[in-house]
Amino acid sequence: MSAIAEFDEVAAQGRNYEVLPKALDNGENSGELLEVAMGPHHPSTHGVFRMDVVLDGERVVKLKPVFGYLHRNHEKIAENTTYLASMPYTDRLDYFCSLTNNWAYAMAVEKLAGLQVPERAEYIRVITAELTRLQNHASLVGFLMQDMGALGTPLMYAFREREKILDLFEALTGARMMCNYMRFGGCRVDLPEGWLQQANRVVADFPRFVDEFERLLSENEIIMARSQGVGVLPKQLAINASITGPMLRAAGVNYDIRKVDKYGIYDRFSFRVPLGEHGDVYDRYMMRVLEMRESVKILQQALPAIPEGPIIDPKSKLRGFRPKVGEAYARIEAPKGELGFYLISDGSPNPYRYRVRPPSFINLTILEDMCLGRLVADVVIILGSVDIVLGEVDR
Amino acid sequence: MAAAGCPDRIAVETIEQIKSRIEAAVAGARVDIVPNDSPSAQRSLLLDNAHAVAVATFLRDEPGLQFDYASNMTAVDWLDAVLKEKVKVKKLVEGVEKEVEETVEKQRPGYLEAVYHLYSMALKHGPLIIRMRTENRADKNHLPSLTRVWRGCEFQEREGFDLYGIIFDRHPDLRRILMWDGFKDFPMRKDYVEPDDYEYEPTAHYEVLQKAEKHASEKVAT
Repeated sequence: MSAIAEFDEVAAQGRNYEVLPKALDNGENSGELLEVAMGPHHPSTHGVFRMDVVLDGERVVKLKPVFGYLHRNHEKIAENTTYLASMPYTDRLDYFCSLTNNWAYAMAVEKLAGLQVPERAEYIRVITAELTRLQNHASLVGFLMQDMGALGTPLMYAFREREKILDLFEALTGARMMCNYMRFGGCRVDLPEGWLQQANRVVADFPRFVDEFERLLSENEIIMARSQGVGVLPKQLAINASITGPMLRAAGVNYDIRKVDKYGIYDRFSFRVPLGEHGDVYDRYMMRVLEMRESVKILQQALPAIPEGPIIDPKSKLRGFRPKVGEAYARIEAPKGELGFYLISDGSPNPYRYRVRPPSFINLTILEDMCLGRLVADVVIILGSVDIVLGEVDR
Repeated sequence: MAAAGCPDRIAVETIEQIKSRIEAAVAGARVDIVPNDSPSAQRSLLLDNAHAVAVATFLRDEPGLQFDYASNMTAVDWLDAVLKEKVKVKKLVEGVEKEVEETVEKQRPGYLEAVYHLYSMALKHGPLIIRMRTENRADKNHLPSLTRVWRGCEFQEREGFDLYGIIFDRHPDLRRILMWDGFKDFPMRKDYVEPDDYEYEPTAHYEVLQKAEKHASEKVAT
C-alpha cells in the first residue's frame, strides 16, 4: 500500500528526538549528553508514562513525552456500542473524577438529543461535581508533596479527607470510584435518606482540613524553595497551547468554564475564580488550595437550596435511544481542565463519531517548554503540578 | 439557549457574518457552511485546504473575533456512500407535463475530515467549528497543519495522523503518538479490521480460529 509507505516515511522524518543536540544555544555544553528514559515504571509519573530526557549533567536539554501504554482505543469502543453503554466507560477516563466525566458525556448527549434536565438533578450534579473537585485537588496536592519528598504524611492527610467524600459517593451511587451515576436528562437514583445531612457534615469539616493543610505546607520553606520560579508557564503560551484548568489560571488567565458558559446552574452561585501571578509550580499548588475553598462555598450554597422533584427528564429513553442526525460538542470545567465530548450521530443507536477532549493530555503539550534548562528533580515536580491521569491521557 | 441548560455563546457575530468577513479578508478563500439540524444547532465552516492556514491566522488575530484558543481538534472518517436526494423533474405523465419528485442516487466518494473547535479566551465567545476535508481516503490524504497557528493542536494532530492516517503538512513533529512505532494501519478508520489474536504467540482457541477462518475466506472472496 503506497499510503502506508508514505505514512512511514513521514513518521520517520518526524522522529527527530533520536538525534542528540550537539550543544546548548549559549555554548555551555561541556560534557557528554546522556539520554535517559524516565518511566514508564517510575513512581513520579503517576502511572505508565515515559519521558525521553536528554541531559547535560543534571540539566534537561530535551524532553519528549511518550504515551500509549494504557491505550485501549476508548473512542473506537464507544463507537461500537450504544450511547448509554459508554456511560460506565467514561468513569475509566479520569478515574479520580468519574462523576465529572459522567456529566460531560451526559451533557453532550443532551445537547445532541435536546433533553432538559430537571432542577433537582442539576443540583445533584453540581454537588457531586464540586465534591469530586475537592477530593481531586486534595489528593493532587498530596501527590505533589510526595514528589517533592514529603513522603506519605500530606498524602495520607489528603486521603483521610478523600475517604469521607468517597463514602458519600458510595452511599449515593454504590461505588467509590466507578460511579456510573448520571443518565441522559438526569441522574440514575435519588439521594438516599440522610445523605444531605452527611454531606453537610463533610463540607462543614472540610475548611478545617484545608487550614491545617495550609499551615503545614503553604509557608513551608522547603516547598517554597523547591517550587517558586520552577516550571514557569507564560500567559501567551498557555493560551496558544490550549492549556486549561488550574494550570491556565495559575498563569493569570481568567477563564473558568463554570463562569464563561454558565452551564448547568452555576450562574446561581457566587464564587470567585482564583488567579495566579507567576505561573510556576507554587502558583499551581495555591490554585488547588484556593479552588477547594471556592468549591466549599458553592457546596454551602447548593446543599440547603436543593429542591424536591423528579431527577430525570421523562422524555429520556433508556432503550431504543436514537438521536437525530447531527453533531454536538459540550464541555465542562473538570477538576483537571476543560473536559469536552464531541459526538456525531447518523441516526443509529451508536454514535458515528465519539471523541473525548482530555484536559490532561493537552496540558502535556508544553511539558518540554517548562522543563528545558531545569534539573531532573524539577521535572518530577513540574509533571506532578500538571495533574495528569493516564487513563485519560492514553484513553 | 441550545438545550439542557448549556448555552453556546457564539454571540458577537453570526456564522454567516464570519463567513463573509473571511471571504473579504482572505483573497480567494472558499468557505461553505455545513448545516446541523440536530437540537444542538452547532453549524460549522468548511475551509478549502489551500487557504486554511491564512483563514485560521485571520480568525485568531482579527480584533472582533480573536479565536485565540483551539479547544478541540479531531478527525472523522467518512466512507464512500450513496446519498439519496429528492429532485423535482418535469415529466410527461399520461400525455400531460407534470412536476414529479424523483429520488436520485449520488455516489459520494469517502474522505477524511479534520474538525477544530475554536473559542476566544479574550472575548469569551465560541464555539466556532471549522473543518477541512481530504480529497480521498487512500493516497490524497494531506491537510495543512494548524499547529503553527494554535500550538494546542500539536498532540491532537499527531493523534489524527496516528489513528486516522491524515498527513498534516508542515507539522513540526509528526509521529505516531498512542500506537507504537512500526504499527501498520489506522485503528480509528471505519473499515479497520481487528487482528484475529492479540497475543504475541498465537493461541489456538476456538473463537480465534473461527475469526481467522472468516477473515481468510473474506480475502479469497475479494
